[in-house]
Amino acid sequence: MGFEHPVRLEPHPMDQGDAPSARPPGRRSWWGWLVVAPFFLFAILFLFLPSTSIFIRSFQGRGDVFTLDNIKAIFTTRDILNAYKLSLSISVVTAMGGALFGFLLAYAVILGGLPRVFRSFLMTFSGVASNFAGVPLAFAFVATMGNAGLVTRLLENNLGIDIHAGGFTIYSFWGLSIVYMYFQFPLMVLIMAPALDGLKREWREACENLGGSSYHYWRHVALPILSPVLLGTAILLFGNAFGAYATAYAFTGSFLNLVTIVIGAQIQGDVLYNPGLGNAMALGMIVIMSFSMVGYIWSQRRAARWLR
Amino acid sequence: MRRASVWAWFWFLLGFLYFFLPLFSTFEFSLRMLKGRYTFEAYRVAFTDPAFFRNFGYSLIWSVLTIAISLALVVPTAYWVHLRMPRLRPLVEFITLMPFVVPAVVLTFGLIRLYGSPPILLTPTPILLVAGYVVLSLPYMFRAVDTGLRSIDVRTLTEAAQSLGASGFVTLTRVIFPNLRVALLSGIFLTFAIVMGEFTFASLLYWPAFGPYMEEIGAMRAYTPQALSVVSFALTWFSIGVIQWLGRGVSGQQAQIAGAR
Repeated sequence: MGFEHPVRLEPHPMDQGDAPSARPPGRRSWWGWLVVAPFFLFAILFLFLPSTSIFIRSFQGRGDVFTLDNIKAIFTTRDILNAYKLSLSISVVTAMGGALFGFLLAYAVILGGLPRVFRSFLMTFSGVASNFAGVPLAFAFVATMGNAGLVTRLLENNLGIDIHAGGFTIYSFWGLSIVYMYFQFPLMVLIMAPALDGLKREWREACENLGGSSYHYWRHVALPILSPVLLGTAILLFGNAFGAYATAYAFTGSFLNLVTIVIGAQIQGDVLYNPGLGNAMALGMIVIMSFSMVGYIWSQRRAARWLR
Repeated sequence: MRRASVWAWFWFLLGFLYFFLPLFSTFEFSLRMLKGRYTFEAYRVAFTDPAFFRNFGYSLIWSVLTIAISLALVVPTAYWVHLRMPRLRPLVEFITLMPFVVPAVVLTFGLIRLYGSPPILLTPTPILLVAGYVVLSLPYMFRAVDTGLRSIDVRTLTEAAQSLGASGFVTLTRVIFPNLRVALLSGIFLTFAIVMGEFTFASLLYWPAFGPYMEEIGAMRAYTPQALSVVSFALTWFSIGVIQWLGRGVSGQQAQIAGAR
């Protein structure tokens, strides 16, 4: 990298009295903090204060007195418990499904011996698909598997199979899971492909020299090395689905009472008839997401031992 | 390398179908507005709606504001963390990961409860909306800038610039920025793609934007929503395409922790 852009040689007006030589790199001064101050101020105003306010208000009853009622209500109100159960189930199902399918896909293009073109093709499309969520994704699946969707019509006209015959509707748990999978497994591919690339040829050769079969290699070498990556990514996918709102809202409206949908409804109008309960629900989400985050960071550390 | 197995082909084909069937179906669906033949009627209807341009325009404004603020917050911080305050790195990284811990809908909830009533009333202004978008962009922007800074020798460049008499500001704008061009552009385009299709913040804070408009049309009409989906997909495709073209050889840039939307 050369200096294609010449710097001005005359001292900058703001810089007088503080010659460059008088500024050794190690010295810190108060104006150094000014550079990072806006970033931290922003984080305090729009991340930490709102989160803290959710936390405090979760423990406030009517008249701002301290209470644990809201937290208790989370565990005793049937609708709220069901919302958490539904959100957790869909997140676990799509995280595991996405991780498995994404792993197999990444394996197929990286180690499966497919032509190299397919690899860059898959990586490019995973990059796009993992960012293609929300309202347009919901519409895309309505056009695919909805009542007048392409797949529905093809199956019905050519094979005589009516996918909606058995009472199945795509506006349901499994329907939404299929939609979520569209942005879930590409993320797995994006993370897994470099990890599979990081498996060293020597490890396999060492295993073979010791008389190990392909099974032994995967069971005792490759999978133990990859498992922190697999686990970390599955956690990432879990959080990805757990916090999703736009896709679910546009796809099913309010048929499926996910936690995010209930919180959204609580914002628009106090549907729980208790402002404190809304805060407690939001806090529950933050707590679950924090656990995921800790798990993710932990598995990242473990993964870094062998890969990269 | 061994010959490709049947299973490798099988999984790849399945993945291919999963990617393309919904896209193809959406496109096919959007052409079916007039009975019995394929036309671009749905697109004509979509593009002659004045509300489309109004909402799309708003989203453009939001994305420009978000990009400007996000750059102004992240670039100096990332630069400073690299150069002078490496001890702050864990804290800064932690903050940029916060959108994962506090999903969009939860953040909106907190923001409205905190700033939606006097003494601090911000809901009549788009401050909360743009702030939410900036939060969403933080992981992408920081990661992009951080990767860019790692690939250049910031310290040597800065010392060279300063020994030639450049001030901090000049160093940043004339030396560091040009070397970070690719990194900054990937952050910018990714933020653009996210803000243009974003639904949660705009819808819950009641601001006009392309995302809520799409949803509204989806509840009212058939075929036009799919035409809008195609437009939205093209936007995402375009943005990611630019990033991948800029960052040729750098793989896995989008694979990272980010906020759920």
